[in-house]
Amino acid sequence: MATKETAGSFNALRRRSDRMMHWLFVGSAVFVSLIIFGIILFVGKQGLQTFADPQAGIAEFFFSTNWTPSEGEYGAAGFILGSFLVTGLALLLAVPVAVGGAVFMAKIAPNWMREIMRPAADLFVGIPSVVYGLIGLLIFVPWFAKTFPGQPGFGVGPAAVILAIMILPTILSVSEDALRTLPRALEEASYALGATRWQTIRKVLLPAAMPGILTGVILGMGRAIGEAMAVQMVIGNAPVLPKGLGEPTSVLTTQIVKEMASIFGTTVNNSLFLMSLILLLVSLSLILVIRIVARRRDA
Amino acid sequence: MFATVSKKAMTIGLIATMTAGLMVGCGSKAEPNQNQNTGGDSNAPKQEELSGKITASGSSALLPLVKHAASQFQDKHSGVTIDVAAGGSGTGLKQVAEGAVNIGNSDVEAGDEYKDAGLVDHQVAIAPFVLVTNKDVTVGDITSEQAAKILTGEVTNWKDVGGKDQKITIIGRAESSGSRKYIKSALIPKGKDFAKDAVVQDSTGALKTSVEQTSGSIGYMDAPYADAKIQVLKLDGVEYKPENIANGTWKLFSVEHMYTKGTPDKVSQAFLDYILSDEFQKNEVEALKFIPIGQLKK
Repeated sequence: MATKETAGSFNALRRRSDRMMHWLFVGSAVFVSLIIFGIILFVGKQGLQTFADPQAGIAEFFFSTNWTPSEGEYGAAGFILGSFLVTGLALLLAVPVAVGGAVFMAKIAPNWMREIMRPAADLFVGIPSVVYGLIGLLIFVPWFAKTFPGQPGFGVGPAAVILAIMILPTILSVSEDALRTLPRALEEASYALGATRWQTIRKVLLPAAMPGILTGVILGMGRAIGEAMAVQMVIGNAPVLPKGLGEPTSVLTTQIVKEMASIFGTTVNNSLFLMSLILLLVSLSLILVIRIVARRRDA
Repeated sequence: MFATVSKKAMTIGLIATMTAGLMVGCGSKAEPNQNQNTGGDSNAPKQEELSGKITASGSSALLPLVKHAASQFQDKHSGVTIDVAAGGSGTGLKQVAEGAVNIGNSDVEAGDEYKDAGLVDHQVAIAPFVLVTNKDVTVGDITSEQAAKILTGEVTNWKDVGGKDQKITIIGRAESSGSRKYIKSALIPKGKDFAKDAVVQDSTGALKTSVEQTSGSIGYMDAPYADAKIQVLKLDGVEYKPENIANGTWKLFSVEHMYTKGTPDKVSQAFLDYILSDEFQKNEVEALKFIPIGQLKK
């Protein structure tokens, strides 16, 4: 009797703590969602107030490249274009190297080499972006100036190279995971059919790991488009369209940093929120794409 | 067991608190005496010890001076804490107007947008500015008009101002920079602006590195930052020297301002008085490569 009672009260206690924890977790989830939606709402509301100024039109903002806030010209097309251009170039440089490296690490390298390379790649992710920026400023800017005489060397060229180096480890480790977790049977079946190692990698392993590799690429893209510090140090930050790889230009993130000190509530400041909103929406859609890609892998 | 531990912890805590209290007590007791001894000549009438907190932000050019003054001032008045941050003249003006800081440091006078903010100007020093180029530029002396033409993008090759055939790359500062505003007001004709395709760097340090690295580049900065790795241009035939500001021949300099919102409180006023005191202006301002504000009035 006595033991039963203790057991009963013990169970009650457990149920109560279960319930408490349940609500704690629900509360945390609600809180986090509130913060996220709060940010989106705030950035969106503030950003859209740009158009309350009759001088700044929607068409002008998205399609004009004339950015002269002192004269009421708010054309941000150049920055939007610049952001995608730099990110695209960085991916073009990084993806082949990263996927190649991932294939090597997952399928070709001996175990001991993988044991060294894997932590090294993870270490790269932790290097602060200002360090990449400094390397870019001291090495790649002068290199671009020398390679394209007459151009100052600041521009999308060094920015894309730096970003490529920055996103390389992300793409590499995600792709490597995707390749290594493929069922062994796939590989063995291919060899059994008489395929060579190269044929097996190209025709069987890479297509099978494609959703995982794509996830890595999208993650890298997200990092590249949102990077501000390193890009700001090497891109030149001139609010004009890029005329060459070594000609100064500007992207969304660096433009926000550059004009940050403007007074809250003015049209210039509101337009910075609008640029932030664009970046936010790009990140959101990238996350959505990852979701879709991942779901296809599960199916 | 539990009780003993907590008792022990309590005893230790008590002792710690008492010791700390004693030390604080000693400190504050000792301070006024010391102050009377050292400050006897300059601020004799002040009897009670100053205490409080001052926050300042703004111009990165003025930062070394304000930081130096702050550490000296805090040595003299242990009850005062002074926090100084950079962020650019624009940020300093904005924050002081909003009341976010006590003092806003700026290389330029507050513009019309701050007309109604009730800012009070305190001019504390003169900051000399220079035009600098990469070492490979063969032009060593330009006129103000040539400088204006270069900075606005009208002239894009050094051969047009007497140098070799070499493209000019302008390296400047961001919109919120006081240096940029100052150079614009001093050199560029009204209604015009810096060339749009100029490279923009976020700080004087980054600008200097860029000028050092970029062939054919020109930039502007506070004179103390310019060192042997870059070329300092003569302007209208005058070489930059501190004496040349005093005698009026070097024209590129800006007055450094420390703004307060309304009349400064007692502590801020004492701090500003200290910066303006003969002792600080004579001994420290020049050592920091600024020029005492008194020289302007000559």
